[in-house]
Amino acid sequence: MLLKTLSEAFGPTGFEDEVRNVIRGELEGRVDEMKTDVLGNLIAVKGAAKPGPKVMLDAHMDEVGLMVVQICDGGADAGLLKFRSLGGIDPRVLVSKPVFIGPDRIPGVIGAKPVHLQAPEERQKPIPMEKLYIDIGAKDAADAKSVVKPGDAAVFATRYAEFGERAAKGKSFDDRVGCALLVEAMRSEVPYPLYGAFTVQEEIGLRGARAAAYQIQPDIAIALEGTVCFDVVGAPSHGQSTVLGKGPALTVQDAQTIADRRFAEFMWETAKRHGIPVQWRRVKGGSNDFGAIHRVGKGVVGGSISVPVRYIHAPTQVVSLDDVENAQRLLQAVLKEIAEGSFTL
Amino acid sequence: MENHQRLLEQLMTTHGGPGFEGAVRDVVVPQLHSYAHKVEVDVMGNVVACIEGRGEGRRPRVLLAAHMDEIALVVARIEEGGFLRVAQTGGFDPRTLVGQEVVVHTRSDDLLAVVGSKPPHLTAPEERGKAAPLSDLYLDLAMPESAVRERVRIGDRVTLSREVYLLRNRRLAGKSLDNRASLAILLETLHRLRQFVHQADVYAVATVQEEVGLRGAQTVGFAVQPDVAIAIDVTFGAFPGQAADESFALDAGPAISFGPNLHRKVFQRLVDVAERHRIPYQIELSQTPVGADANAFQVAGPGLAAALVGIPIRYMHTSVETGSYADIEQCARLLAHYIAELDMAQVEDLSCY
Repeated sequence: MLLKTLSEAFGPTGFEDEVRNVIRGELEGRVDEMKTDVLGNLIAVKGAAKPGPKVMLDAHMDEVGLMVVQICDGGADAGLLKFRSLGGIDPRVLVSKPVFIGPDRIPGVIGAKPVHLQAPEERQKPIPMEKLYIDIGAKDAADAKSVVKPGDAAVFATRYAEFGERAAKGKSFDDRVGCALLVEAMRSEVPYPLYGAFTVQEEIGLRGARAAAYQIQPDIAIALEGTVCFDVVGAPSHGQSTVLGKGPALTVQDAQTIADRRFAEFMWETAKRHGIPVQWRRVKGGSNDFGAIHRVGKGVVGGSISVPVRYIHAPTQVVSLDDVENAQRLLQAVLKEIAEGSFTL
Repeated sequence: MENHQRLLEQLMTTHGGPGFEGAVRDVVVPQLHSYAHKVEVDVMGNVVACIEGRGEGRRPRVLLAAHMDEIALVVARIEEGGFLRVAQTGGFDPRTLVGQEVVVHTRSDDLLAVVGSKPPHLTAPEERGKAAPLSDLYLDLAMPESAVRERVRIGDRVTLSREVYLLRNRRLAGKSLDNRASLAILLETLHRLRQFVHQADVYAVATVQEEVGLRGAQTVGFAVQPDVAIAIDVTFGAFPGQAADESFALDAGPAISFGPNLHRKVFQRLVDVAERHRIPYQIELSQTPVGADANAFQVAGPGLAAALVGIPIRYMHTSVETGSYADIEQCARLLAHYIAELDMAQVEDLSCY
């Protein structure tokens, strides 16, 4: 299953190679052309010579991860690895999690001093990242250095699985769920030029998307994202952002984008016309690649379709498979309506 | 040499908290049957296997115990939206549960759940300095409240979900290495013991409810009343920020405990055996009764000569407890040699002060 393969692929920000290869394999023979640029974006093209608006669909390949920065060779820390985050990770989710280092997936664990040895006041405070280590079982620094070096990246060692009711858990649904949607969308036949941009380095500032949009110069762009969902017990409704299972979310305003209202409403109306559940994303924080795309060149019209992801940026994230399916339906409906001229530039 | 590492991996991914050790027991009992003719389960759920020694008349009786239970949680409340609140059955650091996958054991089946965490996008800077207490954590089953209420009951048990990761140098990481590592030691010991003629009757015991207060050990100690009762349990692996006397290096052999609650002569004998057979070992000191089954054994029935040995593990009471299989083998060598050398003269000497 594509979402499983993509979710379990290794692709922290700046190290998206494995994800790119998975996608390339999926699209081989299904698009007219695929190219990579100097940043590492993968751009798939279909019907470049066709008339009509040039449409760019975007999903980022990278995920939040960790980077090994030091191999300790002191006393009790000998052979343990110090690390920092690649992208935004709350250190509180790191304790007691397994990780894989590098594409060879060297297993390691992030442990903590046992509860028995913690003073009561210590337990009240989160363990800061500086006091956490990755343990690969090395006897000493030399042993660790034989397989790991500073600069190696790591990801959570979380397996994809379906559970609950029509739900799935896994790592990096932000944004492998978008990648899965985009791979599927590139299989559709539309009467206008369609560009699929699988971008790099979204998690450290929407960097790949900016260069990709410049190259493509689209008339319309849609970012496909996994977005914040915090519809849990005790969360005030104004802080939930989205609700799991209530359909794909459309952005009004986030940290990087004030939605193109006309396009957002076009997508909303399209969802309603096609009987697809849809919701507004109701927080201002966070952003997606459209934040970079819409201000490239002379500016780009468009928006984003997001799948709600609980525990985004944490080791185990949760999506509703209904939401994923409905995001795909909405995307197809929007592409169709663009073809039918329902949205005019 | 047979190696029980695969079995240990199976035990680590088997779920069994205090008072619901059944699934672990089901794995352990057939294993014990391959060494002992008689394997019994008492009313508490302790498993007792007896391997008789050689010789006429009174033989030394030695009990070797490893607890089967792992720390667990229990469903305390079903909240709006179908999220679960939990209480402790054994000592968790709630900070290690955030973002953790767990298994909810319902009357009909096991359900996967995720312990929720707030996305950094929505977290205010002042919140980042706070660690949530257990009462604020919740379990997400990703199903509607009505479905949750149909399937989950208050009191359903919850355990960690974690596969085993094989690290370098025969080290493994996962949940419940505390104390499934010691079940592996128990079996490795029995295996090695086959090569020896031993006088002692060996009671190989898998105890219950250690994590909530050594409860299984109390009754099994009374029931068997051995001459020597040795608890096998894990201790603290060295890690930055820990005191030197609470830090034991991995791959440096088992820790043998010394302190008021452990019999001095048994301790000394274990050290002597290790020295003579060139088994690496470390000495752990205690000043108060130990937090292991040996504590209950000492005061079971008329009082028993108690001892405590075990391997160091890092990250105790988390889902990534990490230990070395080499230490497990060394600990088993130590115990096998100790038992092989145990005779009635030593037993009689235990009460001579």
